[in-house]
Amino acid sequence: MISRHVQGWLMAAPLTLVLAVFLLAPIVMIVVVSFWGATEWSIYPAFLWDNYDFLLTSKVTYQVFFNTFKYAAITWACTLLIGFTVAYYLAFHIRSTTWQIALFLLCTIPFLTSNIIRMISWIPFLGRNGLANSTLLSWGVIDAPLEWLLFSDFSVILAFVHLYTLFMVVPIFNTMMRIDPALIEAATDAGASGWQTLRHVVIPLTKPGIMIGTIFVLALVMGDFITVRFMSGSQSANVGRMIQNDIGLLQYPSASATAVILLITVLLLIGTLLRFVDIRKEL
Amino acid sequence: MDSRPRSFYLLTAFFALFLIFLYGPTLTIAILSFQGPGGGLTFPMRGVSLHWFRDLFQEQAVGDIWGAFRRSFVLGVMVMMTTVVVSLMGGLAFRKRFAGSTALFYLIITALVIPSILVSLGVGLIWSQSGLPVHWATSGFGAQLTWALPFGLLIMFAVFNRFDSVYEEAARDLGASSWQVIRHVVLPIIAPSLIGVALFGFTLSYDEFARTLLTSGSYNTLPLEIFGMTTNVTTPVLFALGTLTTVFSLLIILVFLLSAWILSRRRARRGSDAGRGDL
Repeated sequence: MISRHVQGWLMAAPLTLVLAVFLLAPIVMIVVVSFWGATEWSIYPAFLWDNYDFLLTSKVTYQVFFNTFKYAAITWACTLLIGFTVAYYLAFHIRSTTWQIALFLLCTIPFLTSNIIRMISWIPFLGRNGLANSTLLSWGVIDAPLEWLLFSDFSVILAFVHLYTLFMVVPIFNTMMRIDPALIEAATDAGASGWQTLRHVVIPLTKPGIMIGTIFVLALVMGDFITVRFMSGSQSANVGRMIQNDIGLLQYPSASATAVILLITVLLLIGTLLRFVDIRKEL
Repeated sequence: MDSRPRSFYLLTAFFALFLIFLYGPTLTIAILSFQGPGGGLTFPMRGVSLHWFRDLFQEQAVGDIWGAFRRSFVLGVMVMMTTVVVSLMGGLAFRKRFAGSTALFYLIITALVIPSILVSLGVGLIWSQSGLPVHWATSGFGAQLTWALPFGLLIMFAVFNRFDSVYEEAARDLGASSWQVIRHVVLPIIAPSLIGVALFGFTLSYDEFARTLLTSGSYNTLPLEIFGMTTNVTTPVLFALGTLTTVFSLLIILVFLLSAWILSRRRARRGSDAGRGDL
């Protein structure tokens, strides 16, 4: 009889192998390369602090990190508000299970289609001659087309919310479905108004789901580069864009140094959030 | 049934707006892809035609999109099959605690939260420094697995958290070997969820952009090809392509959902209520 430890590792071996080769090794490689040197066309092994020196003393770095946090914070607030409301509606206002599943699937399906296409599809809507502008013009709300609808911070955040709200809906809905209906009934019997029940019963019990949703949204927004690149028309920057720029210039060591700082930031943030929730228990 | 509170109608309106927000833009480009030959990227429609869909079949208008589609499809199937097998094994492994399982669990979480460009950059660097040719079926395949696998595992964890082990005990009491328990008891019960894992595996790969950016080599996958088009194509052919691949995704989703539904009906039909005691 083989021990359960050996058995566990045997079963988890393929998983461990994939993560070791395509996750751990790349992280180690990035850390190593972040100390290398670069010429205009090649990189060479070395042990230099130059990349970090340059990065941490440049004002641009701090501006870009600030911008990244700004996107993350605003997107988080919007997705939480929308995601919580949608999950609450599905969990407590839809009474038949069939409808619950159908409406839940309706929310999930866009997530399984291409993000790039979902971004592209905002163009005819937000553009200078787009639907939003022509509607507002015809209603007489504005006199000239709004220029800030597309290729701006507004469109970046709009796209983030569009792409990632689902990551809030699913975990929050999942936790809400586990709330014992008797608790809600008890609150009502004790004379609580709908609002009070929400505030003192539902929200506290939904916290684990909110935490998991928060982890997903923050990680996705902080690590993004393509949404910012596309929706801002290359006019705004976040850390991911900074890394991508360096890659485009073949400055891999400097890209790696930025990537290391970004990874540390994200892991610290997520690590802090993980202290408040036991993911394995909540699934 | 008691009457609905006013909040129900407010929230229904909110939910409807949310659905419009989710689907509206995609519907817009679906309509615009039927633009007449002289039409542009925005309304008004200048006639209705299939002109831009026809353009998709002409190499000079759109480049190698069919080759890209073929590669994305093959890669999606590869990632799907790997995700199902590896997640199932991983899910089974995690049912019992083993030395180091917590560390492995946090590694999975790291794969979920790590910025996607890091995977792309790191895998790309390893391949280029060791002189291997980057290719979508090797480095691209592995890079995509770091995203699809954690999702598959999360689903498996959720499934096994809810799995009632009395079925397995019953099978063992009847003399089933551990392989037989998995083959004849566990697998049939979790089959619908495995379809879900497969769906995630395929679509996450089929739509992946960031992780394949530096790892796919000289042959593009479809999302990379589409992104390339956004910088140099300014006609509704872009929308026609978007509409077509979205329809394809929707068909795939439909097929998977239908098979999951059929499997769970089969499971319900074959399951017996013997021994439950509640008549």
